[in-house]
Amino acid sequence: MARMKFLCDAERCIECNSCVTACKNEHEVPWGVNRRRVVTINDGVVGAEKSISVACMHCSDAPCMAVCPVDCFYKTADGVVLHDKDLCIGCGYCFYACPFGAPQFPQAGAFGLRGKMDKCTFCAGGPEPDRSEAEFKKYGRNRLAEGKLPACAEMCSTKALLGGDGDVIADIYRERVTRRGKGSEVWGWGTAYGPGKAGAQPPQAGGKS
Amino acid sequence: MRRTMLGAAVAAALLVAGCGESSQVTVYKQGKYQGKPDTQAWDNAPLAYGHAEWTKGDRASWENQINKRALGQNEDNRIYRQ
Repeated sequence: MARMKFLCDAERCIECNSCVTACKNEHEVPWGVNRRRVVTINDGVVGAEKSISVACMHCSDAPCMAVCPVDCFYKTADGVVLHDKDLCIGCGYCFYACPFGAPQFPQAGAFGLRGKMDKCTFCAGGPEPDRSEAEFKKYGRNRLAEGKLPACAEMCSTKALLGGDGDVIADIYRERVTRRGKGSEVWGWGTAYGPGKAGAQPPQAGGKS
Repeated sequence: MRRTMLGAAVAAALLVAGCGESSQVTVYKQGKYQGKPDTQAWDNAPLAYGHAEWTKGDRASWENQINKRALGQNEDNRIYRQ
């Protein structure tokens, strides 16, 4: 059973923002709303600058779903967290709950009026009929229903951003890290990707590696 | 005298009222999605002009298509395994 996830390789991300552009273009996202963005730390410090592309991570136990007062969130069978904009009241609770700042609110009108929440859909649209105009207008294109992966991941020039079934992209990442011989020594590698490389810690029973 | 006793009784009642302890912990209840039902991605037929191949309504074949596409993100397949 597929469980859709994003994985961004900070060693490869070059902060080109093509994922951001691909997303905005694919879904015709309005001005002021960024479903995806690139975050850079140690900007300008030689050798220490790292970038990572961040959007909704489609959490397995999503906090936005837990706090929504109108219960407009749902999770698809393949693990994508989506919401119904017809129900959303734009309260912003999901924004406060989300550790990634994924929920976005179009701000138009007087007094900073907040519109209905908009976020990354993993290119899976919403509860409107698949591939319909209504779905595109509210949620953007439904690429999963076309047998495609999210535009941001497919457009990534260095393939830093991977999208797809968690097991498949984890395999790609594990192979990549093993090949470059750097990265498997980090904390938590064993838990996430299992042993198989010198320096990798096997997960301990009942504990964290 | 009676008024004093009444006053004392009211004062005692007020003092004791502060000692009452009621539970202030809310019980979290998991919400249930209230919106429109959504269809699954594999319930759609592949696009005529696309390169995607799966059988409409068959989840396994759709997952095969998505996984095949996901493996295309691994450039090692192009560089080392030709």
